[in-house]
Amino acid sequence: MNPLASIGRTTISFFNTIGRISLFFGRALYHCFTPPFYGRLLGRQLIEIGYYSLPVVGLTAIFTGMVLALQSYTGFVRFNAEGAVASVVVLSITRELAPVLAGLMVSGRIGAAMAAEIGTMSVTEQIDALTTLSTNPFKYLVAPRLIAGVLMLPLLVLVADIIGVFGGYLVSVYKLGFNPTVYLERTWDILEPLDVVSGLVKAAVFGFLISLMGCYHGYHSRGGAKGVGAATTNAVVSASVLILAFNYIITELFFAI
Amino acid sequence: MADKPPKISIKNLHKQFGEKIVLNGLDLEIPDGQSVVIIGGSGTGKSVLLKNILGLLSPEKGSILIDDQDIVGMNWPQRESILQKVGMLFQNAALFDSLTVWENVAFGLIEGRGIKRKKAHEIAIDKLADVGLGSDIGSLSPSELSGGMRKRVGLARAIATDPEIIFFDEPTTGLDPIMGDVINDLIVDRVKHLGATTLTITHDMASARKIADKIAMIYKGKIIWAGPVTDIDNSGNDFVNQFIHGRADGPIQMDVRAG
Repeated sequence: MNPLASIGRTTISFFNTIGRISLFFGRALYHCFTPPFYGRLLGRQLIEIGYYSLPVVGLTAIFTGMVLALQSYTGFVRFNAEGAVASVVVLSITRELAPVLAGLMVSGRIGAAMAAEIGTMSVTEQIDALTTLSTNPFKYLVAPRLIAGVLMLPLLVLVADIIGVFGGYLVSVYKLGFNPTVYLERTWDILEPLDVVSGLVKAAVFGFLISLMGCYHGYHSRGGAKGVGAATTNAVVSASVLILAFNYIITELFFAI
Repeated sequence: MADKPPKISIKNLHKQFGEKIVLNGLDLEIPDGQSVVIIGGSGTGKSVLLKNILGLLSPEKGSILIDDQDIVGMNWPQRESILQKVGMLFQNAALFDSLTVWENVAFGLIEGRGIKRKKAHEIAIDKLADVGLGSDIGSLSPSELSGGMRKRVGLARAIATDPEIIFFDEPTTGLDPIMGDVINDLIVDRVKHLGATTLTITHDMASARKIADKIAMIYKGKIIWAGPVTDIDNSGNDFVNQFIHGRADGPIQMDVRAG
């Protein structure tokens, strides 16, 4: 086998995929802003993404906040800086951990479900059936999921912020013996609107990426059950990698020195 | 009296996937109000032809005229007006899993025509009755139906909007002979009732003989014979004779390996 040919094929395939995703992104965006709008489907997706993801996001947030308080305390106590625990917890949660962890958890739950559902519709000709029934699949399947993803992730992250900080408070006050009033004062004093806003902006972008990858891989799945399985895996992996990459880019945009 | 123009006219249609040529200059005319059946072996381009007519695939070359409008290269709003005239029964019915049976049947009425759900429900129940299914079926999920019932629901969905053109993709595949005949009878009855133009693709000769006014045989991406159903046994075409008698020996050599 010629290694140069293999590199060439991989490169072409990579740019082919980038091109297809860009075209899918453009079409999807266009259909998000042009009628008809399917309110009933949007409502269903809002509930599916927002309401049903609350338990997993809430649990992730509370344990992350608790561990964060414990770990920062054990580190900071070595140079008598344990007073900074409240600041570290609230800044880490709002700026980074809540949006990234909520994004990754929702990617596993929702991105996979979208890819599996749309992928199954694709391989069983249900998407073709939509077209023959004068219904644009992008408007009916993709647009409601993208809009719901962008709207719901920030709300989930806002909830995760509160629960995460509460987790840190619980450990700090009841296990590490912090004064509750002082802890809350330090939390409130250090927090600035930009800390929360940056996390919410990240969440909206992550929500879009999760829905985009779920819909894209589902829509292009081929070859029966194996194809749907591959689409599901690809949706979660690509969304997770993109979340981490865009997390860096957005952090750079907000907090670059 | 002047001849009516064909409802669907396909000229010099070419479609290939990579190196593989599937449609190779296909010509076909489907007269208004007639039932045309395309027969041919697996992999000869029947489904690809149907997908090109429906706009699900784009041909490399050629034209597809529906009511004298070339649909090749049409954008969505233009295509939507053509699709309003069309009904389609898919091979595996392609019912939407997330909707109930009546919602499946009424889908084109609610989403395509903007009819209110209550009125659409009434029409859906009527259409289910037309294909021999009771109103109690309407509230079931597609996963609760047998293969024959799914086909009937698919047929009810295809005729729900009273389309001018109906496409049938292998309508009897996967059904036992009796249920296959029931579906054939329903197709003939409903199509006659609607006065629709139909195009069916199948390799089930019993079905073809029952449904068709005219039969066309596709081989290697071209129509190699077309004529009235009554002429099929005297076509004088070796390919047609081999196919309709299901003989392994003859000019058609089946590929044992894919692709």
